[in-house]
Amino acid sequence: MSDTKPAIADTKRVSRSTERFREVGLLAFIVVICVLVQIRNHNFLTLTNIQDLLANTAILGILAVGMMMVILTRGIDLSIGATIALSGMVSALTVKAIPTMPPIVSILEGMLVGLAVGAIIGVTVARFNVLPIIATLGFMNVFRGLTYLISGGAWVSSYQMSAGFQRIATGSIFGVGNLIIIAVVIYVGYAYFIRHTKTGRQIYAVGSNPEAADVSGLPRKRIVWLVYAVMGTLAGLAGVLWVAKFASAQSDTATGYELSVIAATVLGGVSISGGSGTVSGLILGTILLGILNNALPLINVSPFAQQFIQGVVILAAVLTNVLVKRNSQRIALRKRAI
Amino acid sequence: MSEHVLELKHVTKTFPGVRALDNVHFSLRRGEIHALMGENGAGKSTLIKVITGVYQPDAGEILIDGEPAEIRTPLDSQRYGIAAIYQHVTCYPDLSVTENIFIGHEKINRLTRKIDWREMHGRAEDLLGQLDADFDPRTSMGSLSVAQQQIVEIAKALSANARIIIMDEPTAPLTNRESEDLYRITEALRDKGVSIIFISHRLEDMYRLASRVTVFRDSRYVGTWNLSDVSRDQIIVAMVGREITQFFPKRNAVIGEEVLRVEGLSRVGYFKDVSFSVRRGEILALTGLVGAGRTEVCEAIYGVTSADAGSVTLDGTELGISGPSGAIARGIGYLPEDRLKQGLVLDWEIFKNVTYPTLGRFTKFGWLNTKLESDAAKEHAERLEVKAQSVFDKASTLSGGNQQKIIVAKLLTADMRVIILDEPTKGVDVGAKTAIFNIMNDLAESGFGIIMVSSEMPEVLGMSDRVVVMKEGRVTAILETAKTTQEELLNAALLGAAGR
Amino acid sequence: MPERVISIERKWSWKRFFLQWEWLLVLIFIVVNIVNSSLSPYYLSLSTFLTAPMSFLDIAFLVLPMTFVIILGNIDISVGSTVALSAVVMAVSFNAGLPMPLAVLLCLAVATTCGLLNGVLMVAFKELSSVIITLATMIIYRGVAYVILQDQASGKFPKWYSTFGWGNVAGIPVIIIVFAICALIFGLVLHMTSFGRKIYGMGNNLIASRYSGIKTNSIVIIVFTVTGLMAGFTALFLSSRMGSTRPNVAQGYELTAIAMTVLGGVSTSGGKGRLIGPVLAVFIIGFLTYGLGLVNIPAQVLLIITGLLLVVSVLVLNVRFGSRHQRPVVARAQPAQKGERPDE
Repeated sequence: MSDTKPAIADTKRVSRSTERFREVGLLAFIVVICVLVQIRNHNFLTLTNIQDLLANTAILGILAVGMMMVILTRGIDLSIGATIALSGMVSALTVKAIPTMPPIVSILEGMLVGLAVGAIIGVTVARFNVLPIIATLGFMNVFRGLTYLISGGAWVSSYQMSAGFQRIATGSIFGVGNLIIIAVVIYVGYAYFIRHTKTGRQIYAVGSNPEAADVSGLPRKRIVWLVYAVMGTLAGLAGVLWVAKFASAQSDTATGYELSVIAATVLGGVSISGGSGTVSGLILGTILLGILNNALPLINVSPFAQQFIQGVVILAAVLTNVLVKRNSQRIALRKRAI
Repeated sequence: MSEHVLELKHVTKTFPGVRALDNVHFSLRRGEIHALMGENGAGKSTLIKVITGVYQPDAGEILIDGEPAEIRTPLDSQRYGIAAIYQHVTCYPDLSVTENIFIGHEKINRLTRKIDWREMHGRAEDLLGQLDADFDPRTSMGSLSVAQQQIVEIAKALSANARIIIMDEPTAPLTNRESEDLYRITEALRDKGVSIIFISHRLEDMYRLASRVTVFRDSRYVGTWNLSDVSRDQIIVAMVGREITQFFPKRNAVIGEEVLRVEGLSRVGYFKDVSFSVRRGEILALTGLVGAGRTEVCEAIYGVTSADAGSVTLDGTELGISGPSGAIARGIGYLPEDRLKQGLVLDWEIFKNVTYPTLGRFTKFGWLNTKLESDAAKEHAERLEVKAQSVFDKASTLSGGNQQKIIVAKLLTADMRVIILDEPTKGVDVGAKTAIFNIMNDLAESGFGIIMVSSEMPEVLGMSDRVVVMKEGRVTAILETAKTTQEELLNAALLGAAGR
Repeated sequence: MPERVISIERKWSWKRFFLQWEWLLVLIFIVVNIVNSSLSPYYLSLSTFLTAPMSFLDIAFLVLPMTFVIILGNIDISVGSTVALSAVVMAVSFNAGLPMPLAVLLCLAVATTCGLLNGVLMVAFKELSSVIITLATMIIYRGVAYVILQDQASGKFPKWYSTFGWGNVAGIPVIIIVFAICALIFGLVLHMTSFGRKIYGMGNNLIASRYSGIKTNSIVIIVFTVTGLMAGFTALFLSSRMGSTRPNVAQGYELTAIAMTVLGGVSTSGGKGRLIGPVLAVFIIGFLTYGLGLVNIPAQVLLIITGLLLVVSVLVLNVRFGSRHQRPVVARAQPAQKGERPDE
């Protein structure tokens, strides 16, 4: 077997190196963009702006965790914008009616709404084999419609929300914003879960080879259900945070936000065909997208160009992935020395 | 304790329309390597699927260590210590070797529910070391070679404390040297007390490893013998049910001009410098061991994939084929190796399959005419003696041999000059095999040039005029069939041209 | 004389004829109209049946090609964005001085190009599923529309332009006539030409189709390009009816178009379905939303119904036809298989 050693060391090097390369590249890109933007607008790297950037990115990051799990299983979730709206509205309406509601209960309430939403989607995809794109496209409209119904088309605005509620998002502990703390806690938990627990690794397995997962007796359906349920719960949490941060709940809250989340996830190197992706990559992708969203207005890029840029980012990230894979396959073929 | 670690008695398994196992028996002694032989479709894979819990038998019982065993799911089978290794490894390509080995039974710290990576990687290295493989278990499974993946599969079986290991055609994708390694590992497993069922088409595998052999034929159990008590011929008779000299129908074809010439055809990573020619009325066999690159060469000629260098010339004109549609238009037809995935649309009726490549011929004023289609389908199907009730039967209801005939019918609706048949008798029962040979002879006699890819030496010797032997992507010999022997062919397939 | 004679007779069974999905749709259509007439007293009249379609048939132009796309085993969620972009380009160029007829042609050209781009991307990057490609283009196309028009409206079309959306010929609305012609063409192509046969074949078994000499790349490109063209039609009728256009028009059109197609019995696993089904579904969902709109049920609630209809239809079809989904056009790179030998 000794003559296979050099070949193996090579292939391992190739696959590890592409991952490292991507993350280094992302980091470099982040640095470069920060520098360029700072040159154009000195207000970029100020404390207030950075805090604002981190607060927005925190919500994006929390959602990206859920989306990464969904995409790892070869799925997709377009409904999270609607879930944010629904859970945000529910918790806002509750606070409006019961101003003395403890903030922690509001958060739990939102997460519960999200969990219910995610569970329904999970059953539809896992048990009834409905394509994720179809299930989430359909339910997206259902939940947004529900949001409209329960709100009667009216907004809930800041004067109807208790100070405690709003402080969920605006408050801080030891000078670090609540949102950032929540995001960090979630990421630490997630990194542990996805790398060091059995279920976490099974999520990768299900995406890497769903047929093998079925045959080897992995609880594939339960895992698929789980990722949508978790995504929903996180979206529910994000809903409460969103509504508290912007001090307003409307039926069109977070419309289209799912696309930003997908962009961040894909940018972070999570493969759209499932089975691979790293937490470090996800963090970098989220930060990069957060920076883009924050920096573009500062350098006078019209907010109306944002959607276009996001679309290009997703397309570029996904196409690059394909080209890189093709290249490494070509290299492996060349090594065959036929 | 029973001397038989596994027994199957009176096991029957039926699927709609077909009886896959008919009252079969099988017994495996403790610590033996037991060969299971039979032609394609004899019931071997169904037996394996019953043992591993993928299928539940409709009748009969399974005994493990003499006690009745309930095997309803793959998990049950694993709990009984049964593991199977197939020629196509199903794994999680994005996960590491260690994870692939331990998936489903990861080493978890009881308190923290955390995966103990250090211990798992260490144990994986251990297992790999026992099998004399020293690649890093942290490598992703997808970047390993087939042989290495198989070794990981065996390591997986060992880690699950498998006492019964089934190996289904494990040597098929391996080179000679890798097969030797596999033999060694298998014997070492047996010496450790593992009982092994070994399925292989290669008689040499069987003679090298096994102590007993069981033969299945047509879903029935034929018999079990000690290898020392039975001759090669007797085994073959048991497998096919008649004398060894398979009847290859005679042919009266006039061999004419060269119709297809392949020169210097190369595709990086698959084959290099392949050159040969085919003449009208001739059957050229393309043989070699699995993995030699024969199918890849044919797919390059047919245009499914593109070659990186070299040329294909048809009747003197060089072809710049941009896909199978171009090939068909020029007169090259292809019967693919994987009948179900590549050859037919199973959900479709026979007539739709037959007319698929040449739909343009069945239109009247631009509209598809079902009458024209079914007439043509009927004509071809009857000529090829397809056993079907109606042209409106679905292709999925046909047997393997008849499905093959439908694909041939497909090719005949166009004007062909060269027909490439890739393993035309694979998975086809004996009666249908003769029918297909007759069809091939008819085609040759009608003036087509035929390329037949085959791994069966008797078939190659019995049906072809000339043989091209390939090994590891290169042509190692081009021989006149009448002047060569099985040994010479095998030599060229195994050892290759001088100097390599 | 052949030993065995193979029949070319097709067996007919009344039971099988009536058990088809499309009869269920007819039934649902009748139910919808019963519900509507109980909600609004003046509903059941010829005038309703002629004028109501003017409000929903614009989206029907998307359903016709979407049927082809889904039978092929793919999906296209960028259609709404294509509508928006082509409408915006038309309006802006008209208001910048381009003669209206040319602006109309430009609209169709832009829409067709959007579809063509989708097709080319699908063929060039077979590893990617149609989901992710059309998701990306969905964002990009609408993004471009926003870049062009921001949050403004653009319109003030010439008088004659409103005849697309509002006009009629001999009492029958223009849109119904045009749709009927298109539906006829699509139906004939799908069910009676080789092109249609190939669509079914590719949806059933893409690999075998390729081996059988079908030019799969060309067909994918054609189908997506035609989808783009039809989106252009939708853009014309929509902007004609509304009198103006904004970048956020046709939001949710992809949902409704897919819902109509799937409700029509076209399974998302590909290879199955007939054109008449989605056509019936167009009128089912169309009249349902129209009728509910008459009693002032808000648009968001209607979307709930559409969303549910989509999910439930797919669910029921899955149960009926099985849910084997086509993977992306080329399978993900598998580890070395089939005896492919490593280097040594």
